[in-house]
Amino acid sequence: MKLSPDWIRDFVSPTADDLRLAEDLTSIGIAVEGMSGAGADLVYEMEIGTNRPDAMNHYGVAREAAAFYDLPLKPVHPALPAAKHGAGIPITIEDPQGCARFTARVLRNVTIKPSPEKIVHRLSLLDQRPINNAVDATNYTLWEIGKPTHVFDLDLLEGGKIIVRRARAGETLKTLDGIERKLTTEDLIVADARKPVGLAGTMGGFDTMITGKTRNILIESAWWDPATVRSMSRRHGLHTDASHRFERGADFESTILSCDRVAEFILDSGGGELVGGVVDVIARNLDQAPIELRMSEVRRILGSTVDSTQVARLLRKLGFELLAGAGEDSEFMVGVPSWRLDVEREIDLIEEIARLHGYDKFPNTLPAFVGAVVETPDAKKDETLRSSLLALGYNETLSLTFISHEEAEAFADAPVVELANPQSEEASVMRTSLVPGMLNMLAYNLNRGMDSVRLFEAGAVFHAEGRGTTEPKQICLGATGSANMPSVHEKARPLSSYDLKGDVETLLENFQHKSLQYEAGAGDYYHPGRSARVLMDGAAVARFGQLAAEMAATRKIRQDIYIAEIYLDQLYKHGLRNILYRPLPKYPAVERDFSFIFDDSIVFEGIQRAVGDLRLSDLQSFVPAEIFRGGSIPAGKYSLLLRAMFQSAERTLRDDEVAAWSGMIIKVLEKLGGTLRAS
Amino acid sequence: MAYIVPKLTDYSPAALEKAAADLSSALAAEVAAAKNGSEQKALRDRWLARKNGVLTQINDLWLKAAPKDAKREVGQRVNELKKRVEEAIETAHASKASVSASDSIDLTLPGIRRPIGAEHPVVKTTNEIVSIFRNLGYSIAEGPVIDTDYYNFEALNFPPNHPARDTQDTLFIANQESKPQRERLLLRTHTSPVQIRTMEKIKPPIRIVIPGKTHRNDAPDASHSPMFHQIEGLAVDANITFGDLKGTLDHMAKALFGSSAKTQFRPSFFPFTEPSAEMFVSCFICGGSGQRGSDPCRPCKQTGWIEILGCGMVDPNVFEFVKGNGYDPKRVSGFAFGMGVDRITMLKYGVDDIQLFFNGDVRFLEQFG
Repeated sequence: MKLSPDWIRDFVSPTADDLRLAEDLTSIGIAVEGMSGAGADLVYEMEIGTNRPDAMNHYGVAREAAAFYDLPLKPVHPALPAAKHGAGIPITIEDPQGCARFTARVLRNVTIKPSPEKIVHRLSLLDQRPINNAVDATNYTLWEIGKPTHVFDLDLLEGGKIIVRRARAGETLKTLDGIERKLTTEDLIVADARKPVGLAGTMGGFDTMITGKTRNILIESAWWDPATVRSMSRRHGLHTDASHRFERGADFESTILSCDRVAEFILDSGGGELVGGVVDVIARNLDQAPIELRMSEVRRILGSTVDSTQVARLLRKLGFELLAGAGEDSEFMVGVPSWRLDVEREIDLIEEIARLHGYDKFPNTLPAFVGAVVETPDAKKDETLRSSLLALGYNETLSLTFISHEEAEAFADAPVVELANPQSEEASVMRTSLVPGMLNMLAYNLNRGMDSVRLFEAGAVFHAEGRGTTEPKQICLGATGSANMPSVHEKARPLSSYDLKGDVETLLENFQHKSLQYEAGAGDYYHPGRSARVLMDGAAVARFGQLAAEMAATRKIRQDIYIAEIYLDQLYKHGLRNILYRPLPKYPAVERDFSFIFDDSIVFEGIQRAVGDLRLSDLQSFVPAEIFRGGSIPAGKYSLLLRAMFQSAERTLRDDEVAAWSGMIIKVLEKLGGTLRAS
Repeated sequence: MAYIVPKLTDYSPAALEKAAADLSSALAAEVAAAKNGSEQKALRDRWLARKNGVLTQINDLWLKAAPKDAKREVGQRVNELKKRVEEAIETAHASKASVSASDSIDLTLPGIRRPIGAEHPVVKTTNEIVSIFRNLGYSIAEGPVIDTDYYNFEALNFPPNHPARDTQDTLFIANQESKPQRERLLLRTHTSPVQIRTMEKIKPPIRIVIPGKTHRNDAPDASHSPMFHQIEGLAVDANITFGDLKGTLDHMAKALFGSSAKTQFRPSFFPFTEPSAEMFVSCFICGGSGQRGSDPCRPCKQTGWIEILGCGMVDPNVFEFVKGNGYDPKRVSGFAFGMGVDRITMLKYGVDDIQLFFNGDVRFLEQFG
C-alpha cells in the first residue's frame, strides 16, 4: 500500500524529514517498508497489519505521527454550502446486522468532468487511476480518511428510495467491473425500489454508475459488517480497496464526515448544489464498551518499566479516553475511539502502551527456569543414523514434499494424500515415498556432469489413513558412479549393490537385534536380481539394491543407480545397541580355510545357516574369503573359499579339536551339495 | 671407531683446542657417513640425545669437572661446540633428506581422499539454533506437517473467515468438505500449531522449541519455496514478561551471529501474540553500515538491519484454548517466536537462491562439508 508523506503532512507537521518520519512510524508499528520518488512526490510503501485498518490512509497515519511526536492533529472539516430545501432520499435498512448505519447526501445539477490537478496528482502518486470528479472524490476520501464511500447516478435509481437487504434468489447485478454476477440470498446489497444497485461494501453497480451524463448524485457512506463483506467478497472473488477496509472494520463515526467530504470535493469541482440535509439512518449502534486496565496487568506483561502517569499519557495521545477508574492510579476505565475496532481487551491496550512507549525501551531480561531438557523420543536414533550416513560419504539433502499422481502410483501402494489447490500436476500429492525425490536429485546431478553422487534424505512420507493421515519417517539413500574417489593413485571402482548392502549393514548395526535376513528381490522399481529386502527379527526394516532398468530409462538416466530405503517406524521399534565392554581374547585364534565348489543355486545364506546349525561354541567367525567362477569351474557352479576362525575364551585350542570341528563343517557343506576342492 | 668423549685432565688452552678439534673431526666424519634417514636419526640421537648424547657428555665430563678457574674458558668452548654440532647435524639432515630417491615418494601429488558427506546447511542451521535453546533449558518437540484447521488457525486465534488467514496462503488437503471446518486438514503454514499441541500435553511451566517443515502456496522463485522450514519457540510460566522475550531472543541472535550482533524489536501483528514484534538483527554482512565497500549492502537493503523472526507475548485468547491444562491467562504469561530457517541460512552463508537447498546439487551441498 502506497502513501504520500506530503499528504500525511496535511494533518501533522513534524520537523522530522521524510526519512526520519518513516523510521519513527516504523518504530511504532506503522511500517514503512520502502520508498520511491523524490521531493513532494516521495511515496512510502507501507506494510500495515490486518488489525489496523484505521492506519490504511493518510489521516490515520498522521494520527499515529501526532501521537509519536506529541503534536496536534489537524482535523478534517469539510466546508459545505447551505443546503437547498428538498426531499432527502428515504433509506430502509432491512438487515441491521449487515448494515449498522447508512448515511447519504443528494447533490443536484453537478457537472461531471476531470478532477482538479491536485487530486489527479495525488491519486496518481498512489497508482490510483483518476476517472472523473465524482468518482475521484470518493477515492480521494478513501485514501485521505480511510472511509470507503460510493456515488450513484441518482436519476438511474428507480423508485426514489434505497433499501439495504439480502439479495433474492435469481437476482443479478452487473458490477462496475462489467461482470454480471449471480447473487445468492447470502449477499447483502444496496437496492433501489426494483433492483440491486451495489454489492454492500464491495463494489457498486454498473448500471447506476456516474457517467458524463450524470447530473444528480447520491453519495453513500455506510458501515458494513466485516464478516458479511468478507464472505461476499470471497464468494464473488472481488477484493477491492473498499472491501479490504470494511472486512477489517471501518470507523462507525466517520460516515457523515466522509459523506460531507465527498460532497465538498464534487461541489468544488463540478458545481451544483447540496439538496436537503444529511440522511443518516442508524440501524444499530456498535458496542464499544470501555475497557478495564489494571496497572498490575501492565506490569505482569511488560515488566515494571512504565508507570501509571506514562500509561495515561500514552493512551490519551492515541485518542483513548481515560475515564474514572475504581483504584485511582492502579486501575483505569478506558474509552476506545470509534476508529479502533481492533481494541477490545485489556491486552490490546497493553500493546498500545508498549508500542508507543517504544519496544526498545524495555530492558532485556532472561527468565529463570528449573526443569529438564526433554529431547524428541527418537533424537538419539536420528542422530546416530545421520552421523553414520555422513561418515559413509552421503551428502545430506532435503527435497520437496510433493510428487505427481503418476509418481505416487509408481513408487508406493499407500493411499495418497491429495492437495485441494496444488501448484501443478507434478506437485499434486504429498510424497508417499522418498525415492522419486531422490531420483530427481540424482538425475539433476548427472545432467550437470556430476557422475559420482551419494545422497541421503531423512524425512516423512505421507499416507492417508481413515479420515486422517500418517507421517511415517524414512531414510532414502541414493548412489551412482564410483565407490571410491578415483585419482592418480587408484582407478575408479564402480558402485555395486554390495556397497549399498554394506552401508545398510553399517546403519542397522547400530540397533539391537537378534537376526538380520536378506530376502532376494526388493520388488517394485528395483532390479529383481540385484536387490533385497532386509528383515530385522523377522520384520522388514529396509530394502535396497539397483534401480530397475526401465525406471532409470524413463528418467533418461544412463548409468546404474543404487538406492536404499529404511523404514524408521519399523527400525525404531528396536533400541540402540547397548555398548558393553567384553574382555579381549587371551588365547590364540586358529584359522582354517575350506575351498568348495557349489552349484549356483546354493546361496551363501544357506551355507552360513548350515554351519551355524552345528552350534560350534568356539567358532568365532565363518566368512567367505574368495569367490570364483569360470576357468576350470564348470558352468552353473562356483568356487568358494571359506574361512573359519576358532578361539576359546578359556584355553588354547588343541589341534585335534579343531580338526574334528573342521570335519563337521566339511561334512555339513558336502551334505548341502558342495564339493571340497582342497583343504 | 666411534668417537668417545675423553675425560680432561689438562685444562690448558692448547689441550682444550686439541680436544675441540678431535671432536669436530669426529663429527665431520660421522655426518658424512650418515646416508639415509635411519642413520641420520641415529646420528642425531648419538650427538644430541639429552640422556648421554655427546653434547650432554662434554657438558658433564668437561665443563662440570673443570676446576673453578678454567670454568669460564671451558664454558665458552663447550657452548661453541654445541652450536657447531647442532648446525652440522641440522644441515646434514636437510641436505640428505632427498638423497635416496628409491625410498621417497612425491607427496606433492594429491592425497587419496575418502568421501565424507556434507551436512545440509538448513539442517546445520536448525541444529545450531535448537542447540542455543537447549542450552537455555528448552525441550524439543515436533508435530505433524498435515494438521487441522483447528491447530493451524482456530486455536491460534485466527477465527474462521478472518482476514488474517489471507496472509498465510494455505495449501489445503482435498476432499475435506464433509468435515466440520475445524477438523479439515491442511499443510501447516507455520510450526505454531505445535504450541497448542504441546500445551495440551504438558502443564506449565514450559520451555520448548519446535523445528519442522512448513508449506505455503508461494510460487517458487529465488526467495520463495512452497516448502520451507521453521523453528518455533514457546516459554510459558508464572511471570514471563516482554523483557524476557527480548532478552531471550537477543541472546539467541548473539549466539548465532556473534556477540557483536545487536537486535531491534518493531511492533507487528500476529493473531496469536500480543504485543507482537518483529526482531531485526544488525546486518552481519555489512556490520550495520548499509554499505559493502562502495556498494550498497543488498541483504539489508542498505538499512543496516535484517528481519529475522516474528515474536510476541502469547495472546490470552490462545491460552483460553488450553486453559483446562493449567494455562489460565490470569495466572500464566508467555512468549512465542517463529523463524524461517531457510532464510536465516541464506543470510548466514550468502546463498542467493532458496531453490539450491532442495535440488540436491552436490556442487552446492559439498560447500557445506
